[in-house]
Amino acid sequence: MRHLLLTAVAALTLACAGRTPGPAPAPSGTGARSSADSGQRGPATTLSTPNANPFPSTYVPFPSRPTVIRNATILTAAGPTIRNGSILLRDGKIVEVGATVNAPADAVVIDGTGKYVTPGLIDTHSHIGAGGAPGGQGTLLNDVNEATAPVTAHVWIEHSIWPQDPQLPRVLEGGVTTIQVLPGSANLIGGRSAVIKVVPSRTVQGMKFPGAKYGLKMACGENPKRVYATDVNGPSTRMANVAGYRAAWIGAERYRRQWDNWLAKRTGDAPNRDLANETLAEVLRGNILVHNHCYRADEMAQMIDIAREFGYKIRSFHHGVEAYKIADLLAREGISGSLWADWGAFKVEAMDAIKANIALVDRAGARAIVHSDDASGSQRLNQEAAKAMAAGNQAGIPVTEDQAIKWVTINAAWALGLEDRIGSLEAGKNADVVLWTGNPFSVYSRPEKVWIDGAVLFDRLDPNQQWRTDFELGYVPRRELR
Amino acid sequence: MNATYLNAITRGAAAAALLFTAGSAGAQTIAITGGKVFPVSGPAIENGTVVIRDGKIAAVGSGIAVPAGARVIDATGKWVTPGLINSASQLGLSEIGSVQPTNDASARGRDQIAAAFTVWDGLNPQSQLLAPARDEGITSVVVFPQGGLIWGQAAFITLVDGSATAMVTRAPVAMAAQIGSPGQANSASRGEQLLRMRELFEDVRFFRENRRAFDRAETREFAASRKDLEALIPVLEGRLPLLVAVDKSSDIESALRLAREYGLKLMLAGAAEAWMVADQIAAAKVPVLTGAMNNIPGSFSSLGRRQDNAALLRRAGVEVLLIGNAGGGGADEPFNVRNIKQEAGNAVAYGMSWNDALRAVTLAPAQIFGVGERTGALQAGRDADVVVWSGDPFEFTTRVEHVFVRGVEHTGRNRQELLTERYKTLPPARWEP
Repeated sequence: MRHLLLTAVAALTLACAGRTPGPAPAPSGTGARSSADSGQRGPATTLSTPNANPFPSTYVPFPSRPTVIRNATILTAAGPTIRNGSILLRDGKIVEVGATVNAPADAVVIDGTGKYVTPGLIDTHSHIGAGGAPGGQGTLLNDVNEATAPVTAHVWIEHSIWPQDPQLPRVLEGGVTTIQVLPGSANLIGGRSAVIKVVPSRTVQGMKFPGAKYGLKMACGENPKRVYATDVNGPSTRMANVAGYRAAWIGAERYRRQWDNWLAKRTGDAPNRDLANETLAEVLRGNILVHNHCYRADEMAQMIDIAREFGYKIRSFHHGVEAYKIADLLAREGISGSLWADWGAFKVEAMDAIKANIALVDRAGARAIVHSDDASGSQRLNQEAAKAMAAGNQAGIPVTEDQAIKWVTINAAWALGLEDRIGSLEAGKNADVVLWTGNPFSVYSRPEKVWIDGAVLFDRLDPNQQWRTDFELGYVPRRELR
Repeated sequence: MNATYLNAITRGAAAAALLFTAGSAGAQTIAITGGKVFPVSGPAIENGTVVIRDGKIAAVGSGIAVPAGARVIDATGKWVTPGLINSASQLGLSEIGSVQPTNDASARGRDQIAAAFTVWDGLNPQSQLLAPARDEGITSVVVFPQGGLIWGQAAFITLVDGSATAMVTRAPVAMAAQIGSPGQANSASRGEQLLRMRELFEDVRFFRENRRAFDRAETREFAASRKDLEALIPVLEGRLPLLVAVDKSSDIESALRLAREYGLKLMLAGAAEAWMVADQIAAAKVPVLTGAMNNIPGSFSSLGRRQDNAALLRRAGVEVLLIGNAGGGGADEPFNVRNIKQEAGNAVAYGMSWNDALRAVTLAPAQIFGVGERTGALQAGRDADVVVWSGDPFEFTTRVEHVFVRGVEHTGRNRQELLTERYKTLPPARWEP
């Protein structure tokens, strides 16, 4: 069992580390009517107006060489499996994928005979970096839940992320190249997420995915009502949970109108800035994607109504152990499900977990995603997908490997609004690629090499290509990864 | 101490263990033919036959005649193994993690000592998590209490239907404790925690030899209650293993020293950094319960945790029993007892031999927990705990075709299957238009 006999409970998550500073990216999430119009680090005179991107990404791709992988089985997440295929990576992008590719003379050529190639895996639900390892009394590395008020839309998880969290290189070794780090689920509205690349960096800015939209974490059900049950203002019931979301959106809607009016005219004093409402207003403008922790089918249906009332969209329900009960509704509403292969029974709202959940959601036509919410599980998203695929097949819901690979790649990319850049092996996309020792749906296969933007970030065969965080030096014996 | 008294205790314990051996028996004779049979106690048999009669394995081998009237299961192309054993679980003791009244795995004890706590008294045979585990090929688990300094006594449980009594194959099989979390032991440091353990063991010795004085209230105050002292006597006599949950290599060395000082029969569990002291563990012939799915330095006591721990220990000659250690906080463990298969597969991916991994989830735990003559191997005379798989049991795509527990096959749908069936078409039939 998990942790039963371990005296020290670990179970935290990864973060990432930044690298060399680079050019500031375009401001993210600035819609036509966005109040977030100042983009980069603005002069002091702009402090009274919202700044869309006060902590801009400084990520630049690591140095790379043109690379060809030949004779491999390629799961593209964009079409049928290519047997005995090739892929060319150059200048950080995928140039060609197919039976053969035109390899430049200076390309590094890798023989993929007997091996598999997939897109870099994407985890839509991580707390790595914010809930750093080691945990335990006194380490004070758990910065996931701002459990001081039920609505904390003003907090940004990136301010909790520790780039030296040793959990980061460990998910990279699992073939994960992009993660969304979310605030925890103690609150109705927990704050902004961050989408980061799993790369070494001195700063979190050096890991932030350039141009990625922010997410907003919301949570249903047991967690908020349990955390605030004894708080004089609650919520202590599910009905107060719903009242709490609605009150927050009512305030945000008014705030958005005031600011949008002022931004259109720019005359007179600007309205007061409020960090919480700035985030919520950006959701209402469609510039921040909603990620909603919610277990029960009936509560998900209510969250959909709340979204409709206030005119925003839910991008992904997270955990959704009862998603299979409303898979048709999720498909109709265009909401993805970030789900576990087999977690359940740890609380009443998780009682009805079934292993065919992901397959049933997929079959209904909704985007199904395997997520982790766990720094250990995040290292084996391929195995989690394999379990969910097998459970579907066992239950008479046929699932192919071509479908299941999407659960950990392109569907997750869509949930993060990055489906045009990552998540599949197609010409023009970022060269985030994993070479597996064998079929990734086998328990015996492991990533051999991992590329991010065309650069090798992990190589199981080369100890010089195995990232060790500052924390690990001295404290953590080097593992032989072969 | 009084030898007669001690013998009485010994006999009592033996009788208690025997009491649980009366189990179910399948009247049917079954012949599983043509499969690749892994007896574990011997080499694999291609095109082998396993005959089950009256709940026991009657014969295993190649070229065995199918008894007249037997139900024949054609296992051509299939793999046949003993039922798998998860050596550290709370299955049947914890139903819904957050619902306290469904959790019976821990004791308050006195001053963090709960040696007399017999965790199987809380076993729930109606648990809805038993069938899903069994349906995926798990036929036995070892249930442990948890919490404090001395946690209490563990039991070897077999997943038969019916009563809690029938499920307990052997109890107690170990006394559980921990080293390395002094805070859970009312101690401020590792040294103080070990001091408390030594004081306790010395009190048990004194108690054993001065029992009459104790009953006349003529002894000094002891570090534990009467029942706890009594429960620890078999541990001090080396008859009941002391299983120590421990991660840090120096704490493992402390456990080894303690075992030498007091003549304890030791087991280590968790054991994140055991690979660092593998030779000492091997020399002391101490078995280790560990997993293969965690490499996170999750605390300052487990900085050296790595996934090939099990393989490195095995290579050093240590008997390894695989348990789950993946993470997730633990509350979903009873739901995922079945993932011991995944643990074994990962152990192989990280350097353990496939045969050793199978042994680590079958015969090794059976032997270490004292039921090696009953289960854990496909051998005539043993309980018919048998699984027929469509292929390699550790691979995700492999299906369980048949599971026999003491010769009985369970074919009913479990709760998770009923929910799946109900919602397979939406809206669910008879519920909404």
